[in-house]
Amino acid sequence: MYEANGEKYFVMDGHIHFWDASPANWVQGQEKYAKGWIECFHAYQSLGPPETHWPLEKFQKYSEEDFVHDVFEEGKVDVGVFQPTYLKSWYSTGFNTTEVNARLVEKYPDKLLVNGRWDPRDGEAGLRELEEDAERYGLKGVKLYTAEWRDGSRGWKLTDREAEPFLAKCEELGITNVHVHKGPTIWPLDKDAFDVADVDHVATDHPDLNFIVEHVGLPRIEDFCFMATQEPNVYAGLAVVTGALMHARPRFFAKVMGELLFWVGEDKMLFGSDYAIWEPRWQLDGLMAWDYPDDDYSDYPRWTTTAKKKVFGLNAAKLYGVDVPAELRLPDETPAARDDAQLVEDSA
Amino acid sequence: MRPHCGSSRNRAARPTRELAGSLRERVLDALATVYDPELDEPITELGFVTCCEVGADGDVAVRLRLPTSQCAPNFAFLMAADARDAVRGLPGVRTVGVVLEDHMTDDEVNAAVARDGRFADAFPGETRGELHALRDVFRRKALVARQAGVCQALLVTGATPEAVTSLRVVDLPEDAEVRRCLHLRAALGIACDADAAAFVLADGRPVAAAELERWLRMARLVRTSLESNGGLCRALLERRSGLEEVAV
Repeated sequence: MYEANGEKYFVMDGHIHFWDASPANWVQGQEKYAKGWIECFHAYQSLGPPETHWPLEKFQKYSEEDFVHDVFEEGKVDVGVFQPTYLKSWYSTGFNTTEVNARLVEKYPDKLLVNGRWDPRDGEAGLRELEEDAERYGLKGVKLYTAEWRDGSRGWKLTDREAEPFLAKCEELGITNVHVHKGPTIWPLDKDAFDVADVDHVATDHPDLNFIVEHVGLPRIEDFCFMATQEPNVYAGLAVVTGALMHARPRFFAKVMGELLFWVGEDKMLFGSDYAIWEPRWQLDGLMAWDYPDDDYSDYPRWTTTAKKKVFGLNAAKLYGVDVPAELRLPDETPAARDDAQLVEDSA
Repeated sequence: MRPHCGSSRNRAARPTRELAGSLRERVLDALATVYDPELDEPITELGFVTCCEVGADGDVAVRLRLPTSQCAPNFAFLMAADARDAVRGLPGVRTVGVVLEDHMTDDEVNAAVARDGRFADAFPGETRGELHALRDVFRRKALVARQAGVCQALLVTGATPEAVTSLRVVDLPEDAEVRRCLHLRAALGIACDADAAAFVLADGRPVAAAELERWLRMARLVRTSLESNGGLCRALLERRSGLEEVAV
């Protein structure tokens, strides 16, 4: 629980990782890519405040103690959601897999959730694996990485015919939260890997699934926003937006926040630290203290305490069915009797 | 001896030798016409040109470096190929060598650019086409964002929606922003003669007074997207340069 100015906030970090990108885990012959990937992430970390930077060696592989300290103790995160990124072409045991994440979930079952993944290129075997994973890990969500390399294939789209059985399987298994990585990526080639048109299409076809666009399609925020206004089941994952912009480019951060609040709205924005790229604490502190810098922003929606409560954790808790302690809910979520009393008072 | 940039960084702004000074300036001017297609800003202003050397015989060596080694290969290729094409036609230039450095696909891109190849030549079997459509999408975004800026400036001076949407190209102020808009329109095949509408939608249709407010609202978002993306790239490039200076 995060506390500031006498207010208590339920924090659900919708985007955390526990990865191993140490040289020992690099696939032979793919070192250039394995090294480039983690060093690129490390460069992103440098966009946060200097006191939060890690040496590269620690960044490549951090300990469980680091994780517990940074996320739970210092970070005040009540519930974290692991978003796996396999990248097995580059990392022998995977970069950040559901299997490895799940070991931490076993130790902290009340504080962590793990998402699964699927890849339409796995076909029937992939569907069976998804079923097994759903049962083994109690999946409520998946993280999809459409730009991932695979045996000569350089990525896929949600609208590919092969993806449809997997979306249907998600519905069948109650895996309702589909996180799609649309953001800084690896290998789009002649396509635009940030293109969110495929999310638009499947969100319409699958109204019972929630599509959380991670990194809000940055740098194609406009495409994401135009789409999100039309699709009630599309959400904005704020990971990278706060981490990369809030400290390094505060004026752009203000504009992006304003636009997100205007187009997408406070009910559909989800906090995500993207740990270990960035630690959650400074991002929460920054978001808590943040406001528009000047009057140029007078026509954007306000960043209120209610908005913060929703974005910090209440929105994600709803999507994941996480029980929020009564004292951390919004007033209109408290038992009806109190609301009625209020109404009677008002009308009197 | 042919010029080459070696491995040192950030020498773009420094003249390398007296003799070739004026040609080097023209080469840098030509490079300033090469835009990052995604950000709609010149690669010279973004700091992507890390070295530009001109030999006495007109041999030009240019090095490009992007904010991360993982920047999208498609845009990386476009900038390298555009740089090559922009410099090649200059009087006094004999050969042009453009090298993309420290990028995950530098070998593939450099080989294709050196042999005058196309994008598909850089990644045989891995692409389904060239990058015209991708470039087109971003030119339209850039056009919307820049036009809206010009339009906002007019509205601030008190012009009404009806007045600004009835303006023609000839009525626009003479400045760099307007020139860039017209350049983009010409490249997209959108009418840009004196009598054409001053402000057009992404598909080239004139903006109507009734849709001006929404168009501006959307354009502001596109502008924010382009600018914050540019800001992110600059921040990453600063860190990349800064970190390496510390490391060396």
